[in-house]
Amino acid sequence: MAKEFNPKIIAFACNWCAYSAADLAGVSRLQYPPNIRIVRVMCSGRVNPGFILKAFELGADGVLVAG
Amino acid sequence: MAGKKKKEFEELRIGVFICDCGSNIAGHLDCKAVTEYAATLPGVVFAKENLYTCSEAGILEIQEAIKKHKLNRVVVASCSPRTHQPLFQNSCKSAGLNPYLFEMVNIRDQCSWVHMQDRENATRKAMDLVRMAVARAAFLEPQQDIESPLTPRVGVIGGGSAGLSAAEGLSRMGLEVVLVEKNKELGGLLRNLHKVAPEGVDASERLEGLIQDVSSRPNVKIFTGAELKSLDGYVGNYVMNIRDGEGQTVKESVGCLVIAIGAIPLVQKGLFGHDGKRVITQMELEPILKKGKFDAKRVVMIQCAGARGDERSYCSRICCMIAVKNAMFIKKLSPDTEIRILYRDMQMYGTEKEKMLWEARGEGIRFEVYDPAHPPEVGDKAVRLRQPLLGREIEFAYDLVVLSTPLVAREDASELSQLLRVPMDQNGFFLEAHAKLRPLDFAADGIFLAGSCRYPATYDEARSQGLGAAARVGTILFKDKLVTSAIVAEINPETCVGCMGCLQMCPYGAISYDQERKICQVNEILCKGCGCCAATCPSESASLRGFKPQQLMSQIRAVMEG
Repeated sequence: MAKEFNPKIIAFACNWCAYSAADLAGVSRLQYPPNIRIVRVMCSGRVNPGFILKAFELGADGVLVAG
Repeated sequence: MAGKKKKEFEELRIGVFICDCGSNIAGHLDCKAVTEYAATLPGVVFAKENLYTCSEAGILEIQEAIKKHKLNRVVVASCSPRTHQPLFQNSCKSAGLNPYLFEMVNIRDQCSWVHMQDRENATRKAMDLVRMAVARAAFLEPQQDIESPLTPRVGVIGGGSAGLSAAEGLSRMGLEVVLVEKNKELGGLLRNLHKVAPEGVDASERLEGLIQDVSSRPNVKIFTGAELKSLDGYVGNYVMNIRDGEGQTVKESVGCLVIAIGAIPLVQKGLFGHDGKRVITQMELEPILKKGKFDAKRVVMIQCAGARGDERSYCSRICCMIAVKNAMFIKKLSPDTEIRILYRDMQMYGTEKEKMLWEARGEGIRFEVYDPAHPPEVGDKAVRLRQPLLGREIEFAYDLVVLSTPLVAREDASELSQLLRVPMDQNGFFLEAHAKLRPLDFAADGIFLAGSCRYPATYDEARSQGLGAAARVGTILFKDKLVTSAIVAEINPETCVGCMGCLQMCPYGAISYDQERKICQVNEILCKGCGCCAATCPSESASLRGFKPQQLMSQIRAVMEG
């Protein structure tokens, strides 16, 4: 059997919306796969392409910018 | 420079505190293993598991550890920084550690609570998150909160019920007020009114009392026939440029502003045959009642005239109460006058207005419902109505038709909206920061709103909003100084080439171009710390404190190290 694909996903989450949405998911006990690692930013506008490319370069399977 | 040098040689001493949150975290992942793991991370000299880190005992442990282990960074892994970061930062501060050297990571809402059936992977994720936080903590820099002085004066724009009430409240609290009214006289719409519902007090009695009170106060400066032409500065330190009654420009420094410019009753010629004589609006009826010149024997009032249709979709909300109030007064004046109110839905909210409606019915005022698809037709002598329940047409002969028209936004509201940079809705009314949480605030700091410029308001509502806005101003101006977070942008003047890329990106107008030095610079009070400038700057001269490239990059690297 093939090895199970376990992607590493980096999420850049805006403090005011996406990050608090992730908090809300927790408060609501919504269950989702544990593959995501959130980096909090004060606004998705802070995320420049360099960060996204760096994440891929270092081996991320997916990058989510949420804001 | 001495400080910088010292920092370079400073040994990292990070303390990590892992919170069980009772069983909220510890019930779904292995906090002991996470704590042991944290202790092995580079720079960590102390790691401790707490039952509740935010409890008094937990806080005390952090503070003691800071002193005992000479910690120069603190990381707490628990719940959301959105709720608990200020508490932990203050605890660090009182133990002598700069609060900006604190880092928090959420292993509850974003880990234990969302991976409840997967203890092993939740534990692994918590370790990753702690590793990310520790990596970031290593690059944190001490910061000082930004302090700026406050001008304990307030500009109130609009001298109607809401503005006068705000001015009265502010003045009573001991703050100086600059009241700017566009008309020659204070009073706004209340000046036209006859009676104020539901008590039926004379509007002029209410108004004169209020005007007298406000204008006799030594700390209230009143400009009539005047206008706010422009506004400079920022919260705590605004400068209003006012064109006064004589056409002169006057500068007034204020710390905050209350916007209460009101709204205008719609008068639309031809609407239901409006001619200003036999077909008039409620607002045109008021002065007739006030002067005692009312003599009609058959009155038909039409609700929602010019409202809740294609052109204006909103309900003006106060016109039902105005119609019932005026109808009841007419009945009192001459009980044999026939009054019919043609309505779509009666908006008589609150206990007192509901009571008014029942009393009006008891007094013989007739209420007839109409269907908006078949609105009443106003002829020369009679109003024709299609009764939706019976499906038949009936006619009411009239002496006077009174249209209950909505309050509409002032035309100059859009000018003011641009000048203050505050938003308006599709109907031209101002939009508050949050309908439920911040109903009297604009999103712009230090600017508040009250009365009908937000939405049609009764006298009572305008007054409570005016007083409420005054209290909101107090929350800012009764402090010694304005303290804001240091997490704002900075631009390195050594490397900035003045390309102005950031200037165009800034949503808050916080960046300006220095013509002399040919570089861009940040106004720290206007900056809200979004970091758009930092993401745009091609030379990395613009940066957001606490979110500098190496601080974010360290987190990205830490994810991949796992």
